[in-house]
Amino acid sequence: MTRALAAAAILLGIAHAAFAVEPSEMLANPTLEARAEAIGKQLRCVVCQNETIEESGADLAHDLRVLIRERLTSGDTDAQAIKYVTDRYGTFVLLKPPVEPATYLLWFSPFAILAVGAAGAWFYLRRRKAPPDEPLDLNQRRRLERLLLDDQ
Amino acid sequence: MSWRRAAYLLPLIAFVALAIYLSHGLAPGYNPELLPSALIDKPAPSFDLAGLKGEARLTNRAFADEIVFVNFFASWCVPCREESPVLMDLSRRNVIVLYGVDYKDKPADAEKFLQQYGDPYRRIGVDESGRTAIDFGVYGVPETYAIDRTGRIRWRHVGPLTSDVVTKEILPLLQELGAS
Repeated sequence: MTRALAAAAILLGIAHAAFAVEPSEMLANPTLEARAEAIGKQLRCVVCQNETIEESGADLAHDLRVLIRERLTSGDTDAQAIKYVTDRYGTFVLLKPPVEPATYLLWFSPFAILAVGAAGAWFYLRRRKAPPDEPLDLNQRRRLERLLLDDQ
Repeated sequence: MSWRRAAYLLPLIAFVALAIYLSHGLAPGYNPELLPSALIDKPAPSFDLAGLKGEARLTNRAFADEIVFVNFFASWCVPCREESPVLMDLSRRNVIVLYGVDYKDKPADAEKFLQQYGDPYRRIGVDESGRTAIDFGVYGVPETYAIDRTGRIRWRHVGPLTSDVVTKEILPLLQELGAS
C-alpha cells in the first residue's frame, strides 16, 4: 500500500513537472529564462485553452514561447512582452483576467452575492428576535407545576 | 398575496433567471472556444511575405483602396479542403478579392494542394515562420479576415467558410462597407 502510494506520488510529481518547453528554446541567460518562464505561465495557449503556453505542446505555444524569449532578449520589459501578445490575441490570453469593465461581473459578483445574503440574513434574524420574557402569572405557574408533576 | 409570501418566490425567480442565462451555453452552434479578434477595427498588421510560385511578394501595401479578404490556409489543414469550394465559388463570381497566406507549409506542398483543390487567390504569400499569422492573432487555420479600404480589419472568421457564413456575414459586410 505504502509502495503504491509512493509510486503514485512519484508519477504525479513527474506529470506535474512535465513542461513542454524544449531545451532548444531555453535562453542561456538564466535571469531572462526565468522571466520568460514566469511570463509563459501567465499566458493561455489559445489552441488548448486550459493550458499555459509554458505547458502546451501546441505548435503555436512553441512559437509564442520563442517570441517572448526574443522580445526579452531584445530588451522588452515583462509588461511589454505580455502586451505584445495581448495586442494580438486579446486579454483572454491572460490567465488572471484584468479588472476592466468587461470583467467587473466576474470580479465583483461574489461580493454582491455576499452582500445580498448578508442583508437577507440580517432581516431574517431581526424579525425572529423573540419578544422579551414576561414572568408567568400565578395561574400559569400552577399549570406548569401540575404538568411537571404529571410527567413524574 | 402578501409581500412576505411573494418573497418566498424570490429563489424560484432567481433560479429561472439563472437557468435562462445558462441555457445560452447549450444553444446549437455555440462554441465557447471561439475567441473574438483583438484586432477588429484596428489597422491590419504590416507584413512582407515571399510570393508562392516565385510570384511578387505579398505585402499589406498591395491592399490599396479596396476591400480585401485574407485567408490563412495550409496544405496540411483538413478544414481548408472543406472550405475550398466556397472560396472557389466566391472568387469565380468575383464577389470578393481574396489573398492567401500559406501558413507553416512547404511551398511545394501548397502548390500541389492548389492544383488539386483549385486556386481562388489573387496572390499568395508564404508565411513559413508563422509570424505574420501571430501578428493577425491567428490561432488555427483556416482563418479569414476582411480589411476595408482604409486598411482596417473589420471582420474575422475562424474555421472553414461555409455558404451559410457567406450569406449571413460576408454579403452583409460587403454591403455595409459599400462594395461597388
